[in-house]
Amino acid sequence: MAEQVGQAEQTEQAERAEQWLIATRECLAQARLERQAIRIEGHGSKAFYGNPVSADRVLSTLGYAGVVDYDPTELVVVVRAGTPIRVLESLLESRGQRLAFEPPRFGSGGGTVGGMIASGLSGPARWMSGACRDFVLGMTVMNSQGDLLRYGGTVMKNVAGYDLARLHTGALGSLGIVLDVALKVLPLPAARLSLEWSCSEDAARETLNEWAARPLPLSASAWIPNQLGGFDGTLRLRLSGARAAVDEAANALSQSPQGRLGLARPLKNNEADAFWLSIRDQTHSVFQSSLPLWRVSLPARAEGHADFSPMLVEWGGGLRWIATNHSAQAVRAFAADRSGHAALYRPGQGQVLPSDGVFMPLEPVIHRLHQRIREELDPMGLLNPGRLSPAMARAA
Amino acid sequence: MRAPALTARSYIGSSPLPTLERLNFKPMNAPREPMGGGLPLGSLRFADYTEPMSDSKRTAFCAALGRGLPSEILILDDEGLRPYECDGLTGYRQMPVAVALPRNESEAQAVLEICRSHEVPVVARGAGTGLSGGATPHRGGLVLSLARFNRIVSIDPLARIARVQPGVRNLAISEAAAVHGLYYAPDPSSQIACSIGGNVAENSGGVHCLKYGLTVHNVLRIRGLTIDGEVIEVGSEALDSQGLDLLGLLIGSEGMLAITTEVSVRLIPKPQQARVILASFDDVEKAGQAVADLLAAGIIPAGLEMMDGPMTAAVEEFVHAGYDLNAQAILLCESDGTPTEVAEEIAHMREVLSKSGATSLRISDSEAERLRFWSGRKNAFPASGRVSPDYYCIDGTIPRKRLGEMLRRIAGLEKKYGLRCLNVFHAGDGNLHPLILFDASRPGEFERTEEFGAEILEICVEMGGTVTGEHGVGIEKINTMCVQFSPQERMSFFAIKRAFDPEGLLNPGKAIPTLSRCAEYGREHVHRGALRFPELSRF
Repeated sequence: MAEQVGQAEQTEQAERAEQWLIATRECLAQARLERQAIRIEGHGSKAFYGNPVSADRVLSTLGYAGVVDYDPTELVVVVRAGTPIRVLESLLESRGQRLAFEPPRFGSGGGTVGGMIASGLSGPARWMSGACRDFVLGMTVMNSQGDLLRYGGTVMKNVAGYDLARLHTGALGSLGIVLDVALKVLPLPAARLSLEWSCSEDAARETLNEWAARPLPLSASAWIPNQLGGFDGTLRLRLSGARAAVDEAANALSQSPQGRLGLARPLKNNEADAFWLSIRDQTHSVFQSSLPLWRVSLPARAEGHADFSPMLVEWGGGLRWIATNHSAQAVRAFAADRSGHAALYRPGQGQVLPSDGVFMPLEPVIHRLHQRIREELDPMGLLNPGRLSPAMARAA
Repeated sequence: MRAPALTARSYIGSSPLPTLERLNFKPMNAPREPMGGGLPLGSLRFADYTEPMSDSKRTAFCAALGRGLPSEILILDDEGLRPYECDGLTGYRQMPVAVALPRNESEAQAVLEICRSHEVPVVARGAGTGLSGGATPHRGGLVLSLARFNRIVSIDPLARIARVQPGVRNLAISEAAAVHGLYYAPDPSSQIACSIGGNVAENSGGVHCLKYGLTVHNVLRIRGLTIDGEVIEVGSEALDSQGLDLLGLLIGSEGMLAITTEVSVRLIPKPQQARVILASFDDVEKAGQAVADLLAAGIIPAGLEMMDGPMTAAVEEFVHAGYDLNAQAILLCESDGTPTEVAEEIAHMREVLSKSGATSLRISDSEAERLRFWSGRKNAFPASGRVSPDYYCIDGTIPRKRLGEMLRRIAGLEKKYGLRCLNVFHAGDGNLHPLILFDASRPGEFERTEEFGAEILEICVEMGGTVTGEHGVGIEKINTMCVQFSPQERMSFFAIKRAFDPEGLLNPGKAIPTLSRCAEYGREHVHRGALRFPELSRF
């Protein structure tokens, strides 16, 4: 019975999806005619991320929703862009599977698959499991001409044609409208266990990188200072995988003092789950700062700096969240000196955005390639103009 | 002076791979864009690269090369050029005008500058082991060999990153990292010879992809040159970078967007132990079902390979791995990790495989036994070379659940074309490598073989898969790309190409077929169903 209801819903969603495609094509035709920019929107849960878009029209993807195909034995799910991430994840979970990159879910809606792909953001598990882009197998896209284009497929290996499915991932909707997405899914880990230590950021980073070079089932890390700007803090580490592997590793890491980290405290699973969830969905109190929040991505071993002390360090040192009133120039220099990059993730209250945008300016040659790609794929610059960079706003 | 060209042959002993080279190959004189029907498949494949260079242009170009480059990095004589006339797709050969072997980025820039100013196509080449003709020369072009970019620049064991030049061999990275207990995961079967630059160009796979990913999942950063000679860096040694994912775009772009000069790869800790189960089945469909059952049980094997009965018989005679000759199909299913982890997973795998109807199960008890079990699979290609004068290796991917059905349809095609086919699969990835046996000395047999292969690839697309899982398109599969992609999709690929290389000088004519080529090939892009948006139903 439940399956029949499911089927009826699927059919209805498919019909709505088809109507949505027709309407969207008309919307694009009109926009081309009147040279109107379009802002693509799902739940709007990540509207704060990226540069502002000045658009004449808003295209909601919510009418294009539903799971198209899911066969757990293929480890692949095909899903429409307007589907809430939570709906997709609860379906996967009912079959013992998951999105292994733990996409963040913001706001009451939690975000849609389209926004997840367009932003390309990944959660704590990205450290060891790979990012959103690593799990994209294929995609259908509507370009600003209204053509339906399909790249990649539903199979694990596919090297036919340029990898445009990956190019659209993280492109913030600036190259086309993401429609259907084929994602690789993985089994839920059989076991998980979290440990914590009191230690400095340096000690945490060094130790985590040493451990990462050993065959341990590491799956997430988070270091948080006891007080903002402080030297001492707490490191939490999550182990996930086969029962035996997790138990062995937990024993090895917790039974004796670990160098500079000292002795570990094991966390109760429900307490740990709640903690990792608050990091993943950014509901943890460290994200509540009123200061401008910078997302700084660095080679994991890069040294920190007292002026840019993080309020959270994830991914074994690879991702540092810094809340600071320092100028964009100063934060960017901090990141660039360490071969990384810094994005103004959430501007402060009333903060004037940097004139060159919230992301760091690209190298000139790379910037030119970005412009050329955009001119080729969206010649009139109609889709989310300026979201990626103010320098890539409307076409002439 | 010239660098020895590593060909596919050099890593599998005496048996050539692939064995198309005994093909009675005739010089090509096809027009640039063939008009009208009647061209055999082979000539059509070559159609875009056969524009020769006029004598006056050749003279001017070679003189410019001689003036602008040190003589020791330049090959212009026929004897020196000969090793470069083909890559691993040895059935297709033609001589380039020149070969350049730059030793550093500025020499490579100088080569590109001369080619650009003379409007001469540039074909980048690594070890030349590619099976799809990605490095097949252009008759009016230059081959840019990266063989001398052969230095491991640095290994940072704590960051788990190796910086290497593109000419470094895949296996050499793992060998150099071994002292730190680390390795580079993608392991194409040519890993002893193939270069990391070639792996980047083709997005190479291997037998451990399901668990550890392809090249695109294991390369962090590429430094390269555009056709304009400008240095670009895409990706980063941080876990992400800003802007568009140009790293993902360059990987697998078959040398058509940029020339790689340095690569940062991710190293991962070597598992403490690996063990493999050798499972026999009396029916190929049961073996296919066992693959689905393993994944449904939440197991991601480190490797999961399948061979059909005829393939098993051919390799057993060659390497004596101890395979079950009564089996219709065998599966190799590997677990890796700590000893207790492996013991737990092997027990779980064993239980699932038994339930799925395996007629016998053997579990490796030692590293020597594990390697013996694998030796048959690893020698599938040379073993095929022993049972037939020639063979042709196909590379397509289908959804795993259709493996059994695919094998049945291949059996039907064997009758249709009057040719035998042995089958090995990367079953965990649904990636097929049917090996069609033929004798090139018999007139018409190679043409039948190509038709047979093309039909297998068309079935892959029909089943929701792809015409190439890991070997690339090159010139080999350029025609079947017409079946997989619509004209609009191909136009968008050309749009990307224009963004990087407006003059179309980097490896022109490869990978993406033009509209007129597809019209000539005469097979329609596969549309399914009668829905209003047939494009969408294909997912």
